[in-house]
Amino acid sequence: MNKILLNIQNERLSFFTPAGEVKALNDISIQMNEGDVLGIVGESGSGKSVTAYSIMGLTDRAGRLIGGTIEFNGHKINEMSEKELQKIRGNEVSIIFQDPMTSLNPVYTIGNQIREVIMLHTNKDKKQAQERAIELLTLVGINEPEKRLKQYPHELSGGMRQRVMIAIALACEPKLLIADEPTTALDVTIQAQILELMMELKNKIGMSIIMITHDLGIVASICQKIAVMYAGKIVEYGTVDDIFYNPKHEYTKGLLNSIPKLTDKEHKRLVPIEGTPVDLLNPPKGCPFAPRCNSCMKVCIKHMPEYTQISDDHYSACWLLQKEKMLGGEKYE
Amino acid sequence: MKHVNNKLSLQLDVSDFLPADKEEKQSLVIMRESVSFWRDGVRRFKKNKIAMASLTVVILVLIFAFIMPAFYPYSYEQQIRGSENLAPMQYSKQELELIESGVKVFPHILGTDSLGRDTMIRLMYGSRISLLVGLVASVLVLIIGSVYGSIAGYFGGKVDMIMMRIVDIIYTVPDILIIILLMVTLKYPLEDLANNVPGFGWINRIGVGLICIFIVFSLLYWVGMARIVRSQILTLKEQEFVTAAKALGASNGRIIRKHLLINSMGALIVTTTLQIPSAIFTESFLSFIGIGVAAPMPSLGSMASDAIGGIQSYPYRLMAPAIMISLIILSFNLLGDGLRDAFDPKLKD
Amino acid sequence: MPAYITKRLLMSIFTLWLVATLTFALMFMVPGGPFLAEKAPSEATLKALNQKYGLDQPKIVQYKNYMIKLLQGDMGVSLKQRGRTVSSIIFTGFEVSARVGGIAILLALVIGIPLGSIAALNRGKWIDNVIVVFSTAGIAVPSFVVSTVMMLIFSVKLDLLPTYGLTSWKHYIMPVIALSLYPASYISRLMRTSMLEVLGQDYMRTARAKGLSQFKMLFKHALRNAILPVVTYLGPLLAYTLTGSFVVEKIFTIPGLGSEFISSIVNRDYTMIMGTTIFLAALIIIMNLLVDIAYKIIDPRIQLK
Repeated sequence: MNKILLNIQNERLSFFTPAGEVKALNDISIQMNEGDVLGIVGESGSGKSVTAYSIMGLTDRAGRLIGGTIEFNGHKINEMSEKELQKIRGNEVSIIFQDPMTSLNPVYTIGNQIREVIMLHTNKDKKQAQERAIELLTLVGINEPEKRLKQYPHELSGGMRQRVMIAIALACEPKLLIADEPTTALDVTIQAQILELMMELKNKIGMSIIMITHDLGIVASICQKIAVMYAGKIVEYGTVDDIFYNPKHEYTKGLLNSIPKLTDKEHKRLVPIEGTPVDLLNPPKGCPFAPRCNSCMKVCIKHMPEYTQISDDHYSACWLLQKEKMLGGEKYE
Repeated sequence: MKHVNNKLSLQLDVSDFLPADKEEKQSLVIMRESVSFWRDGVRRFKKNKIAMASLTVVILVLIFAFIMPAFYPYSYEQQIRGSENLAPMQYSKQELELIESGVKVFPHILGTDSLGRDTMIRLMYGSRISLLVGLVASVLVLIIGSVYGSIAGYFGGKVDMIMMRIVDIIYTVPDILIIILLMVTLKYPLEDLANNVPGFGWINRIGVGLICIFIVFSLLYWVGMARIVRSQILTLKEQEFVTAAKALGASNGRIIRKHLLINSMGALIVTTTLQIPSAIFTESFLSFIGIGVAAPMPSLGSMASDAIGGIQSYPYRLMAPAIMISLIILSFNLLGDGLRDAFDPKLKD
Repeated sequence: MPAYITKRLLMSIFTLWLVATLTFALMFMVPGGPFLAEKAPSEATLKALNQKYGLDQPKIVQYKNYMIKLLQGDMGVSLKQRGRTVSSIIFTGFEVSARVGGIAILLALVIGIPLGSIAALNRGKWIDNVIVVFSTAGIAVPSFVVSTVMMLIFSVKLDLLPTYGLTSWKHYIMPVIALSLYPASYISRLMRTSMLEVLGQDYMRTARAKGLSQFKMLFKHALRNAILPVVTYLGPLLAYTLTGSFVVEKIFTIPGLGSEFISSIVNRDYTMIMGTTIFLAALIIIMNLLVDIAYKIIDPRIQLK
């Protein structure tokens, strides 16, 4: 029985901007055990990144948790101070960001930036940190590590920089690695290498991963569980098989439909999801996906759908499921 | 894992589960109206209180310098005997006598200087000079800089390289030194020209000092503008609408004028507006040292310089031009900042 | 790097030569020569003076002679201050100006950089607004206005500070403030904008994600990046301080290089004008070169060509 690593309950988070309160997260709940690989899927603005950042307390200063609890590795994140959070960042939980080109400080060497995080969280001195850094670079597949450590970020390619970011993230052997669209800014071939690297390392060190992406292909290849987010809510949650072979939410279905398949006939038209994303300054009372949903019902506009449990690990927030339940008797638990 | 409880928290009935119609869905979608670039910028500018305030001040100053003198009873070189060194609103003995005898004498609102000249009107004319210099110099810089920069940026290659080398050299030459030297040395030949060669008499009317300033600005100060225009052109040049225009057969000149420069307009306006206070600064600085506009034409700088001698007894003679210059420069700077915030949002905080 | 320095040095020498030649040419555009401004001397005296100073020779010859002597470090004697060489006048004057100017530059940096950073860190709060207002006002008021107004308040009305000379530490206060107000305000604004941009960069987010303290984030990661524009400004800063000294030295009657320069122009002391111009130009050019090198050391991305 695996230990529970992460337990987010009913998290609500808003950004207080000059334009008003942006309700970024609206009642999010996630549980992860040690060793899990969770994928969070959604479009820009769905709240997928914000969810992950909130685990580390890394949201913008304008963002504030207005409800719910976040428990990670025994820590009550929502009650911790900035100083306390600094102790676990880069240490027990790490994150790698989307754009490796800008995520490293251009005026310091790679070595400096890797040693920095090592010496921050461990008792190692500079020499030991240097050795560890060489170890890490080798681990992430960068050759000639001693030479690379003396170089500056602009001397490395995008793929190499992302490997460096992974090295920094793994330096203190975190329990959880958050990967926020780590391959979006990279070539497809590099993308495959990075993903492979991450899985290798996960198995070696035994850490958990949260993979945030809008790319269903990535999610299919490495995740066990998937949370589909839309407008600050998890609209569907399930195992990889559940989501890909038995999607229950119209949005999930739409996403899957929009991917062109190799087996399609040549002249089959692409199927986009109509409409535009939700304005989080004035979120609607009902289901946020309603305007874009082909099966929208009257109740969808008036009330926020409640969660329906479909199977042990599979649930979704959609009035259609409640309708089925009502009409078909006790079909679901 | 079991996540959900079974009971619904709402009371619903079957009719709620009917499909929603188009109108109900439409009501959810709030479209934001699209605005044009200019209108959007103007709207942002109007919202900015400081920018609007500075615009008001600028307009007031313009009125003060250009329109008010027409209604003012004194002129700037008029020396009134017996009215020397008057304090603000004070009348001289002769003037008091005149008032007694029923003649209306307009008060010297800011007093007079050591030669009996009304300070207020001189302040107005001094402001006029400063503003003229600022505006004309900025326009000169804008024209020369834009033409130079757009040619260099558009044609690129060798042309660009040579042109920018020249800019580099001019940039390295310390400009203030050259200005001072030029101003000192050009004075005589210009005066010569004005007095001896027919057709150049207008030089005297405008004033040799002013001409010098304009020449100097045209020779040296356009380089900053050229650099900015060039970088704008370089960026825009690669964009698709230029390729489209070319494909449609537009000539180079037309492309530069109609497409590239228009799109750089935002940056150009801002840079020019910020150039004005810098030009005014330089003019007043030069006049202060004594190398600017020639007497009796007043300049805010020379008025300040003259006032130092009498600083103990007549402090207002210093305060008036000092406040005026600071006000003009400050309001143009804030105006430029406001324009930049409104029209070039990338630069905004 | 060495190739770059050599190239820049050559460019500098070329520019300097250009400045010298230009100045030389300008000197002779002024009709009448140096001795005509005074009570008109007699023909014979004029001739003798011209001969003594070599002014009767053709311009090209004068130019050649001057250039040769310049390369040897000899800038000739002053035409108006009997018995003194140009170099000695320049150096005595420079010593004074450098002291006042140096303190002013230091003050501008010491005040401007922290203020700008504080404003950026506290964006939108009252302290940010206060700093922005003051720095905007500071760049709008010309140095001669600041000088004269200060003089009015502190010397004339309050009788706290002296108005001329440089004999005690009190004498330094007003000139230094007058010279440093504009640069301090400018640097503060520059620093604020730069710091705001840096704070929004992705690598700052990475630093925070590593668990670095706010102190480390600011002083290690942010500062070095944010300070680059300020370093670039150091070149123009020096030029500004030099020219600012003309005004400040005149108002506070300080015997520095600036006032020497102005009087030499008014008196048509050709050799002094030449010497001072070349000296000042050289100073500015060298300073710009040093600044560019410093920039390259701080920011490894810059490719210097």
